[in-house]
Amino acid sequence: MEKTVNQKAWFLVLPVLVLVAFSAVIPLMTVVNYSVQDSFGQNNFFWAGLIWFEELLNSERMWDALGRQLAFSAIILAIEVPLGIFVALNMPKKGFWASVCLVLMSLPLLIPWNVVGTIWQVFARVDIGLLGYTLDKIGVDYNYTQDFFAAWATIIVMDVWHWTSLVALLAYAGLQSIPNAYYQAAKIDQASRWAVFRYIEFPKMLGVLMIAILLRFMDSFMIYTEPFVVTGGGPGNATTLLSIDLVKMALGQFDLGNAAAFSIMYFLVILAISWVFYTVMTNLDKRDAG
Amino acid sequence: MADMTAPRTAAARSLSLPRVNGSAIVMVVYLLFLLLPIYWLLNMSLKTNTEILGTFSLWPRDLTLANYATILSDPSWYMGYVNSLIYVVINTTISITVALPAAYAFSRYTFLGDKHLFFWLLTNRMAPPAVFALPFFQLYSSVGLFDTHIAVALAHCLFNVPLAVWILEGFMRGVPKEIDETAYIDGYSFPRFFVKIFMPLIASGIGVAAFFCFMFSWVELLLSRTLTSVDAKPIAATMTRTVGASGVDWGVLAAAGVLTIIPGALVIYFVRNYIAKGFALGRV
Repeated sequence: MEKTVNQKAWFLVLPVLVLVAFSAVIPLMTVVNYSVQDSFGQNNFFWAGLIWFEELLNSERMWDALGRQLAFSAIILAIEVPLGIFVALNMPKKGFWASVCLVLMSLPLLIPWNVVGTIWQVFARVDIGLLGYTLDKIGVDYNYTQDFFAAWATIIVMDVWHWTSLVALLAYAGLQSIPNAYYQAAKIDQASRWAVFRYIEFPKMLGVLMIAILLRFMDSFMIYTEPFVVTGGGPGNATTLLSIDLVKMALGQFDLGNAAAFSIMYFLVILAISWVFYTVMTNLDKRDAG
Repeated sequence: MADMTAPRTAAARSLSLPRVNGSAIVMVVYLLFLLLPIYWLLNMSLKTNTEILGTFSLWPRDLTLANYATILSDPSWYMGYVNSLIYVVINTTISITVALPAAYAFSRYTFLGDKHLFFWLLTNRMAPPAVFALPFFQLYSSVGLFDTHIAVALAHCLFNVPLAVWILEGFMRGVPKEIDETAYIDGYSFPRFFVKIFMPLIASGIGVAAFFCFMFSWVELLLSRTLTSVDAKPIAATMTRTVGASGVDWGVLAAAGVLTIIPGALVIYFVRNYIAKGFALGRV
């Protein structure tokens, strides 16, 4: 659709601008403020320059947390995206069963995040949880509060459980937009199942898949509540992801300068990676439109 | 080539039946994986604590509703649900109200800095709540809004307003511009056109945007927990009460969990066809 140039449209955007500025810009400036100051209590602040940032870049704790966070996001993306596409390809195309699948698949997406944590915390317990009990009975040495590998496996399976449906729903929406004529043409050409996927379904899904990847990256990168409820960041620091570490620092130890520098670095990393995804996404949009 | 065609289609035909069944098996296995943990929570919520800890059973042997009774008869429990509902409704109302005109502007006009503004809105959806927890706490404490419903509602606007703008813009793009122009020629003023003609046209979009604002505000815990202590404490934070000196009250914890799933489960049927569009920020 051709849009008209109209500078007065700013008036329509103004309420959003004021509201978001109040709830985003003011807090963000507070963070920036803290990141360059030092405090000796009683609200006395001193200009500290960039020492917090220097300290941050030299702190092993931050690099470890960032490493764990990147590993976590990479693993869940590597599992959820192919699995989501696979599920979407197997979903009924229309009718009663399609509705049933849509409703049941959406269910995990609407559960409060701490309840998701609670569900898995209970489900994976060796004494009273179905999963933990079964694993224990078949002889797997499984204990997510003590064992590094079990803790990671639990939070990864939990995230796959929680969010794979999102990827599947988006991929499904992409598949639904393919006209039937494409499939008929493929049939006439005797295209194999793989060829249909590679040359018809996948290109059509690409746009929505980018959105799915963008969303899953952002949300997994700021995940806090679910792993916190299940493992509390343990055993040791094994599952202390960035958000968990930050909350510990800011609200637990009240290290304002450190936490603020940490926050800014954290936000910039998300922003940079998301910007790349976003650019790819809008370029795909344009290509589809043109 | 022609001689190869016949056997191949025959093979494809004989393969087509198992393939359909294969899809069904995949879906059944996947849905089972999704529902099993939820079933387990439900199962636990209907048992007594002695049964939960004593015997391992796949279904409740002596069914009890005592856990639900505990929650629904104690104000310090059920007020958690009321508090959550209050701030969620306030948030949804604010988000949709401010997002409607903005989404209209983005869908119809180009203006100075519109693309940057649009991306800046999205960056707020990317902002980790953990980054904002402390500044929010200080901001709302200093203006005397700490532990009020409006504080949580405003804090959740951080991610819900951008979401609402994106979803509504997606729906508004589908409405042809000729409708606007015809209305203006007929002498409608902008506010009257917007309320009388335009809003009914995108009613489903408004419903979907409201649903998503409701949902994301309902599932969020970090900010709502940080900004409240007693009077506006959300149910999600109340749930930690079940951990007491004598151990965890598993039955009540499970019942509280089941009750938080219900609001989402009730409305999901109505938005099932739009849920992908909502999650895609209106881009599908």
